Amino acid sequence: MVDALRAKDETAFRDVVTGYHSSMIRVASYYVSSRAVAEEVVQEAWLAVVKGLDKFEGRSSFKTWVFTILSNQARSRGAREHRTVPFSSLDADEHTPGVPGDRFQPPSDRWAGHWSEPPSPWTDVPAARLESSETRSLIFDAIRSLPPKQREVIALRDVEGWSPEEVCSALSISDGNQRILLHRARGKVRSVLEQNFAPAVTP
Amino acid sequence: MTSYEDFPCEQAVTMVTDYFEGALSVEERAVLERHLSWCDWCATYVEQMRETIRLAGTLREEDVPAPVMDVLLEALHQMRGS
Repeated sequence: MVDALRAKDETAFRDVVTGYHSSMIRVASYYVSSRAVAEEVVQEAWLAVVKGLDKFEGRSSFKTWVFTILSNQARSRGAREHRTVPFSSLDADEHTPGVPGDRFQPPSDRWAGHWSEPPSPWTDVPAARLESSETRSLIFDAIRSLPPKQREVIALRDVEGWSPEEVCSALSISDGNQRILLHRARGKVRSVLEQNFAPAVTP
Repeated sequence: MTSYEDFPCEQAVTMVTDYFEGALSVEERAVLERHLSWCDWCATYVEQMRETIRLAGTLREEDVPAPVMDVLLEALHQMRGS
């Protein structure tokens, strides 16, 4: 594929750009203010890919290389937009656990470490609501609000469906670190969904 | 990790991603699965983590407008020195 691009094969280039497009737009959208800006960033990333083709050494896969370029560009574009990452709604701390400690019984309790505020099942939530566009935009906003590394890991693993190996390679992180970041990210997205799907409180 | 009676929910929830990813030891996996077999709360939590992953995947269903190819193809030719 890289050889075809180096040879300026237009058909190959068209296929690659089209194949990666939706995925790249989504990934860029987590960093910048609008879809329009995301499209610009993706275009800039492709220009950088074309420019850098000769420097690509094939140490990572072509896909992870393209996405590394993309996220670098998206990150700096986001910074130029003065979009400081909105940590307001979710904890900025990279080290918070997936579930807040106060949802468990304190160490002094007979049931120390067991749930004091257990999760309510979502089995009563209608499928149409679970899979609504509101739910999707809630998840999108939750991912956007995550600390950068957690955001990248959950976006590539759970949204784009990449393998752990691909994510580790794209982000230059260890497998263990990847799982920790993924766990925290999923935990926070789950808790946003939990608040949203919580059954109405009856007094 | 000791007997499953002592195994707290607070610890079970930290293991969910490692569980899904196949990163637990045989013993850890056994202890967690035993815990999940009687603790409905943690089983609910695990189910919700699964559902969270599934729902995150639905973000892929959003429509994305097609790429603007002209500019890129022009760049391909220019930059590749034609």
